Amino acid sequence: MDLTSTQFDKVQVVTVNAARIDAAVAIRFKDIMRGMTEFGPERIVLDLSQVEFVDSSGLGAIVASMKQLGSSSKLDLAGLTPTVDKVFRLTRMDTIFAIHDSADAAVAEYTH
Amino acid sequence: MARLNRAISDQPGGGSPRGSNDIRFSFPSGEFAVRTALATVLCGLRHLALSQEEYGTIELVLAEVLNNVVEHAYGPNETGRIEIIFVNAADHLKFSIIDEGVEMPSGETPMGKCADIDVPLEDMPEGGFGWFLIRDLTKDLTYRRVGSSNILSFRINIATQD
Repeated sequence: MDLTSTQFDKVQVVTVNAARIDAAVAIRFKDIMRGMTEFGPERIVLDLSQVEFVDSSGLGAIVASMKQLGSSSKLDLAGLTPTVDKVFRLTRMDTIFAIHDSADAAVAEYTH
Repeated sequence: MARLNRAISDQPGGGSPRGSNDIRFSFPSGEFAVRTALATVLCGLRHLALSQEEYGTIELVLAEVLNNVVEHAYGPNETGRIEIIFVNAADHLKFSIIDEGVEMPSGETPMGKCADIDVPLEDMPEGGFGWFLIRDLTKDLTYRRVGSSNILSFRINIATQD
């Protein structure tokens, strides 16, 4: 599970460099996210543009990643591919997260 | 398990203009094994030239079903074989997933209600999405316990092609 963190002025972008967030890696994903975002800024954007597939375990891990931030930071999502977007829509989780077309668009929105 | 398989494949699956053949394969239970199994099934369906969305639906439903078998029917301390059988008809694919793990609680599939997300952040559900997705994306979902086997069967509709 390869995640990259990039710090911008007021935003941290965490990029998932993997094609899948599924049951096999969900716990590891959540743990890495905790380490990467523990002292993050107010706004954290999870860039999912390379992720082609998220199952319910992966979805749960993304929700857990948001919850473990507490009230100090907010987790947004960016770059949802079609199947990933579908999972969020069907479970209505798309209403819980702010979703951006791309990480670049999210950074532009929050740094201006 | 062999006799069971014959019973399943004898069920009418419908003829197919796309060249129907029922495909079956089995693999040992395990989280990473599910990934390989999904890739194998999708590869086996490639000749149907379905839409990206249809392949996405099939992968999602199978992932949820197989993860449930790995996590609940067998559990972390058990391994066993999982068998996937699929038959394609003109407008749908029919799948049967067979395992020899423990029976479904109360002998039926969970209701799979959509998780309540109108709750405070700390109460946001992190699980319980799986059966909702399975029920939402499939038709004719049936579960049977036959001998020591669980048999889950369902249909996924696909667009007909000329």
